[in-house]
Amino acid sequence: MNTKNIDTIFWEDERVDGADKVTGKARYTAEHNLPNMAYAVFVTSNIAKGTIKNLDTTKALAMNGVLDIIYYANCPAVPGYNSNAAERPKNVSEWRGHKVLYDNKVRFFGQPIALIVADSLENANAAIRFVKPEYEKESFETNFDKARLDPANLKAPISYKRGAGNTKAIAATVDAEFNIPIEVHNPMELQATIAYWEAEDKLLLYDKTQGPKSTQGIVARTFGLPEKNVRVIAENVGGAFGSSLRSWANVPAACIAAKKLNRPVKLVLTRPQMFSLIGYRPQSWQKVNIASDAEGNFLSINHEAISSTSRYEDFREGIVDVSKFLYACENVTTKYSILPLDLSTPIWMRGPGEATGCFALESAIDELSYKLKMDPIALRIKNFTTVNPENKLPFSDNNLKACYDYGKEKIGWKNRPAVPGTLKENGWLIGYGMAVGVFGAGKGSASVRAVLSNDGKLLLECAVSDMGPGTTTAMTRIAAETMQMPIGKIKFKLGDSDLPPGPSQGGSGTTSTVGSAVDLACKTLQQKLIGLAIQFAPGFSSFTADTLEVKNELVSLKTDASKNINIVELLKLANQEKIDLTITSNGKTAEQLKFTSNSFSAHFVKLAVNAKDGKIKVLQVITTGDSGKIISPKTARSQMLGGVVGGLGMALSEKLEIDHTTGQISNASFGAYHVPLHSQIPPTEAWFVNKPDMNMNDIGAKGIGEIALIGFAAAISNAVYNATGKRVRDLPITPDKLGFKTTKA
Amino acid sequence: MKPCNYNDARRGFLKKSAAIAALYITPSIFVKAFAVDAVVPTPIAKEKLSVTINGKLVQVEVDARITILNLLREELSFTGTKKGCEMGQCGACTIHINGKRTKSCMELAVNHQNNKITTIEGLSATEQLHPMQAAFLKHDAFQCGYCTSGQIMSAVACVREGQAKSRDSIKAFMDFNICRCGAYQNIVDAIEEVAKTSAKI
Repeated sequence: MNTKNIDTIFWEDERVDGADKVTGKARYTAEHNLPNMAYAVFVTSNIAKGTIKNLDTTKALAMNGVLDIIYYANCPAVPGYNSNAAERPKNVSEWRGHKVLYDNKVRFFGQPIALIVADSLENANAAIRFVKPEYEKESFETNFDKARLDPANLKAPISYKRGAGNTKAIAATVDAEFNIPIEVHNPMELQATIAYWEAEDKLLLYDKTQGPKSTQGIVARTFGLPEKNVRVIAENVGGAFGSSLRSWANVPAACIAAKKLNRPVKLVLTRPQMFSLIGYRPQSWQKVNIASDAEGNFLSINHEAISSTSRYEDFREGIVDVSKFLYACENVTTKYSILPLDLSTPIWMRGPGEATGCFALESAIDELSYKLKMDPIALRIKNFTTVNPENKLPFSDNNLKACYDYGKEKIGWKNRPAVPGTLKENGWLIGYGMAVGVFGAGKGSASVRAVLSNDGKLLLECAVSDMGPGTTTAMTRIAAETMQMPIGKIKFKLGDSDLPPGPSQGGSGTTSTVGSAVDLACKTLQQKLIGLAIQFAPGFSSFTADTLEVKNELVSLKTDASKNINIVELLKLANQEKIDLTITSNGKTAEQLKFTSNSFSAHFVKLAVNAKDGKIKVLQVITTGDSGKIISPKTARSQMLGGVVGGLGMALSEKLEIDHTTGQISNASFGAYHVPLHSQIPPTEAWFVNKPDMNMNDIGAKGIGEIALIGFAAAISNAVYNATGKRVRDLPITPDKLGFKTTKA
Repeated sequence: MKPCNYNDARRGFLKKSAAIAALYITPSIFVKAFAVDAVVPTPIAKEKLSVTINGKLVQVEVDARITILNLLREELSFTGTKKGCEMGQCGACTIHINGKRTKSCMELAVNHQNNKITTIEGLSATEQLHPMQAAFLKHDAFQCGYCTSGQIMSAVACVREGQAKSRDSIKAFMDFNICRCGAYQNIVDAIEEVAKTSAKI
C-alpha cells in the first residue's frame, strides 16, 4: 500500500500557476478574442467641468472601419442609469458613480464623453481626433491644498472621542501636519472589458476585476438581468492593488456598445486613462497631536484628517482609525472630513487609509521619541497593548515585539546615531528608521465546491480572483495540508462568476475567508470518505467515525495505520465516480468574535542621504510581518517584498500632478509618474513571526498584502530624519524638501 | 558608496519616448494648429508582410498603422506579449527582433519585413522551460505575471549581451522593465543565477 512520506507534500513550493505565467500561456482579460469582435475606444473630455453643447461625429463616422459612435444623444437606455427609483424595475439598482455616455455633463478632465466602435483598434484610434465636442465651460476646483482651507468646502465630518481628556503632567508634545499627494495604482495590466450578449438577456463578460461575483451583481442590477444570466470571467488579473475593486465606466460602456451593435466589443483603457478612470489614493492632509509623560506613556492622541473625493461621489477610508487602537492611550480624539473636487472618484489603494494614517501617526511617534530622548522602539513598547483600546477586546494575537526584536538585530539598530545627522560616511549621511503597520484581519463568508474523482484528483472551485498574491497557490496548499495529500493532485479554480460565490479580493481577507472555506470543504470531504469507508471498506464496519482519519490518500485507523484503504479504491468499492460537495463557510464564530484581529508589520530601513545634493539611497530594508500562520512561504515573502517596493514609491517618488489652470493631469504616463524601478530597490529581507492565530480562524492565517506597505513610508521618513535631522512631513520625500537645490539631471 | 545614476539614464530615455508617443496621440485641442481637419478619411491600404515568428514564416496582410504588439496580440493570438503603456515606457511588450530586445509597441509591423521575431512563446524551442523561465519560477520573480514576459525577454538579452556581470549592471539593463507588484529583487536573483550557471542561453 502506498504510504507517501508527508514531507514530500510540500516540496513543490513554486506557484501552481507559475509555469503558465513564465511561458505567456496565462491569459488576461484583453487577450480573449471572440469571433466578429469590434474594438471600442473612449473619446475623453479636454475640459474639467461644463456641458457639451454639441458633439460633431460626422467626420469620425465617415472614417474607415468606424461602426458607431455612442454618446449622450444616441446611447440606448440603461435601466440602472435611471435615477428615479419609482421608475426602475425591482431587480434594477442605480449605477453608482459616473454614468458613462449618459448625459452631456463633464465632471472631470479626461472623462469619457463618447465611445468609438470600429472593426479594428487602428481604425478606432484614428477616429478619435475627428470627434469634435463644443463645450460650455464652468469654473472648477482641483486644488486640494487651496480648497481645504475653506471649512465650507469640507463635507461629512466624522468624529470620535475616547476619554475625558488628559489631566496629567505633559513632558513632551508633538503637533504636526502631514500631506500625501494623489497616488495612482498603475497595475501593469490595462483595465479592460470584453462584452458579448449571447442572447437578448444573457451577457458574457471578460472583465479585469478583483471580484467576479461583485461585477456580476452590479452588471445584472444595472441592466436588469437575472444574476445567473451574467457570466464574468477573470482568470488572471495583472495586478490591481484596489483599482479593480469596483466596476468603472469601461464595464457599462462595453455592455452598451455590444448591445447596440449586437456583436462582441473589446474596450481596453490606455495608460493615460489608467490615471483618471479607475481611481487613485486620495490626496490627504492630516494633523496629529500626541502628548506623553516623561516615561513616554501616551497621555492623549488627536488625529485629524481631510481627504479628497469627487464632486459626484463620497469616498472615505480608514485614515484616522489606526490612532484609535494601535497603542494604549486613554484619551483619543479623531476627526475626518472629505473634500469634493472636480476630479474622478478615488478608491482604496494598497494599504488604503491605514497606509495614509500610519504615515502620520508613526512619523509623529518617531518625532516624539527624539523629544523624550527615548529609543523609538522602546517608546512603542512602552505603549504596547494586548487589548484593543477602542473596542476593549483582546487582540487575537499581537506579536509586534517579536518583529521589533528581529528587525532591530538584522538592520543593525545599535549603529543608529542617537543624534540625527551625525553619522557620515564618504559624503553620505547615514540614518536608521522604523515604523509599524497594522490592518484589520477579517473573515467573511465564501462557498467552495470540492470534487474528488476516482482518479484520485481533487478539484476545488470558488469565484474569487487572484490579482497576483498567489491565491491559487495558497488555496491549493491549504487543501493539501488539510487533506494531507500531494499538491500536484489538487487543482483550485477561480476567476469565474459561475463558480460558488466568493469574496472580492481585497482588504487582506482572501486567504482567511476562502482558505477557511477550502479547509471546511476538505474536512467535510474527509468525513464523507470516512462514512464511505465504514459502509464499504472490508473490515471497517465496526469502526466509528471518530477513530478514523484521512491522510496520505488513505482512510486509516488512527491507532493502527496499517488498517487503511486507499481513497481511490474506496470510491470504486462504493461504486462512485466522485464525491461532489459544496459548502459555505461563514464569517467569524461567536468564539472568534470575542477577539479583535489584526495583522501587524514593522519595517526597518537603513539609508544614506548625499550630503551634497540630497539624493536618497536606501541601503537595506528588513520588513517583518505578524500575519499568523504563513501558508505559502514563497508567495508570502514576495508580497512583503512587493509592499516594500510600493512603499518606496509612496515615500520617495510617486505624486500625481494636476495643472490647476485646466484641471488636467500633467504626468499621466510612466515617463512622468515615477514608480520604483530595478535600480532603486535595496537588498530587502522579509521575515514573518509565523505563529498561527487560532483565535482568528481554523487555519490560523491572516492577511499580508496590506501590512506589507502600511507604515513603510514612515520608516523611510524616520530614517531620513535620523540621517539628516530634517523632518519631511509631505510625501514624496525629495531632495528639495530636504533643503537641497534641485539640479537638472 | 557611490550615487546610483542608472535611473537618470532611464528617465532621459523616457522623456524622449514620451515625445515620440505624443506625436501619435496628439490631443484634439492641438490638432487644429496642424490643420489635420483637412484630411479626408480614405480606406487604409493593407500591406503584405512576411516575418518569421518563433521560427515559423508568417505571411499576412496588415494595416500599415499596426504595431508589432497589436499584430501579435490582436491578429495572430500571440498574447504572451503584453501591452502595458503603448509608449515604450514600461517594457511589458519586450520581444526580440533579429535577436535584439525591442519594445514591440514602438515598432510598426510594416517596417519589419523579413525580420525574425521571438516572443515569450518561442523562447524555448522544446517543451522544457527555457533556463530563464525556470529561474523566474524558482525565484518567484513575479506576482501577477503581467510584466513577466517582457522581464524574461529582457533578462535573456541581458545575459546574452554580457550585461549580467554584477547585480548593479543587471539592474541598469533591466530598468526599462517596470514591475508594479515589486518582484524586482527576485528578478535580479533569477538573472544572476542564470548568468552564473547557464553556459549559453
